[in-house]
Amino acid sequence: MKYVIIGTGVAGIAAIEAIRSVDTAGEITVVGDDPHGFYSRPGLAYYLTGEVPDKQLFPQMAEEFRKLRFHYIKGHVTRILPAASRVDLQDGSSVTYGRLLLAIGASATPLTVPGAQLPGVVKLDHLDDARQILKFARRGKTAVVVGGGITALELTEAFVARGVKVHYLLRGDRYWSNVLDAQESRIIENRLREEGVQLHFHAEVIEVQGQNSVKSVRLLDGRVLRCDMVAYAIGIQPRLGLAREAGLAVDRGVLVNQFLESSVPGIYAAGDVAQVYDPVAGRSVLDSLWGPARDQGYTAGLNMAGRIKAYHKSVPFNVTRLAGLTTTIIGAVGHGRDDDLVGIARGDSETWRELPHAMIAQSGEVNRLRLLIGERTLVGAIVMGDQKLSMPLEKMIGNGADVSSIRDQLLAPGALIAEIVSTYWLEWSRQHA
Amino acid sequence: MAIKDLFGTSSTRRRVLASGHVVPDAARCVQCGICSYNCPIEIDVRAHVWRGEAIVHSQCLTCGECVARCPRGVLRFERTDLFAGKAG
Repeated sequence: MKYVIIGTGVAGIAAIEAIRSVDTAGEITVVGDDPHGFYSRPGLAYYLTGEVPDKQLFPQMAEEFRKLRFHYIKGHVTRILPAASRVDLQDGSSVTYGRLLLAIGASATPLTVPGAQLPGVVKLDHLDDARQILKFARRGKTAVVVGGGITALELTEAFVARGVKVHYLLRGDRYWSNVLDAQESRIIENRLREEGVQLHFHAEVIEVQGQNSVKSVRLLDGRVLRCDMVAYAIGIQPRLGLAREAGLAVDRGVLVNQFLESSVPGIYAAGDVAQVYDPVAGRSVLDSLWGPARDQGYTAGLNMAGRIKAYHKSVPFNVTRLAGLTTTIIGAVGHGRDDDLVGIARGDSETWRELPHAMIAQSGEVNRLRLLIGERTLVGAIVMGDQKLSMPLEKMIGNGADVSSIRDQLLAPGALIAEIVSTYWLEWSRQHA
Repeated sequence: MAIKDLFGTSSTRRRVLASGHVVPDAARCVQCGICSYNCPIEIDVRAHVWRGEAIVHSQCLTCGECVARCPRGVLRFERTDLFAGKAG
């Protein structure tokens, strides 16, 4: 069998591993247009803050990669021809396939205001973007950051770490309103202020001003903020061009069934580009999370190699650091729209938007625990600061632990929910060891 | 057992250091490599986590650099079963 994988992100790498675990003889070709191949894209945030050098983002698993025996073409696929089972590349060459995987990810939603093409207006998709941001940060004194979600905050923290003054602009009235509740947003906003970040709410950029470089931004309310660079993270868009042209069914992502196969037999999709059917929800959803991308890529690879396996979406889960505060988001956390994001953001899952029956929270100095409770189970949680409960909650939510025996206790006014959950976890984990 | 004992105090950590190793919660990891970068004896901690394996390495000092530096709380100390009876 001849396998072709388009994309060098984590979904593509996982697919290669899965194919090789089944088919030791098949020919695997990987085509990718990221000039740097496979590296940790989420790790770019830590490269930007200076916690890790860029070369460290590449895994040191050369020997293990060699064992996977795949042929790597650094190049750009211009079209897929399903009738001929062939992909064409920009350099005029082509590759035929028996099974094809689209794992080309998503790109930052572009900023479309006048002046957005000026040098100094940056986004964070690739290593080259990160290097460019650092180049501007070395020269610049002031940055404007636009957007909600995790990536915008990573950009903010990068500038803070590099000694650049930041104006952080939010169109809405608080940070990341579709995932965090008001109190959680305030915790993050206060910490950002302590770091010297100037927050502007109800602020919308309508123009980036400057001749050959960024000089300022103009806001909808008429204000002008002087700055040397503008970084934006207003959402991501699955890269759908190839799939559309090839006649694959697409919605917001490439539509795939439980086996990660698209509407065209033999062509699969996984990771940020895929919109995967979830039998539990009864609909197709987008996850732009690294863990599910790896799981989807692996499952797609198995199916491509003939080992039929359905993808079971695990509880959406992400860990991030918001203004220095480690935050774990698990399952449904129950909020709707966010003025600062167009569609989905990097590190985000649509499943987080589902509404629970009840919501309770407990806060300390910098710690906060919020639980989302269904009829019999915990359906979601946000753990900010102290992470001792995040693994227990991940397990209990993921396994649908029946918490009806502690539900009333949890919902009682002033309940010490962290202690109730800890005690219950001891019992539950002993029974499920 | 009291709740505070469950999640580790400085005394339990000392016992762990004597008779334990570093284990990952692989679902939290994004392979950024900060753990491997900060390991004083250059163990490729990240590669262990990719495979979902504990950092069982003859030279591991259990110094805790990787545990402390990981920005996503992937790594933790865990006692090995071998000494569980004595250390508990």
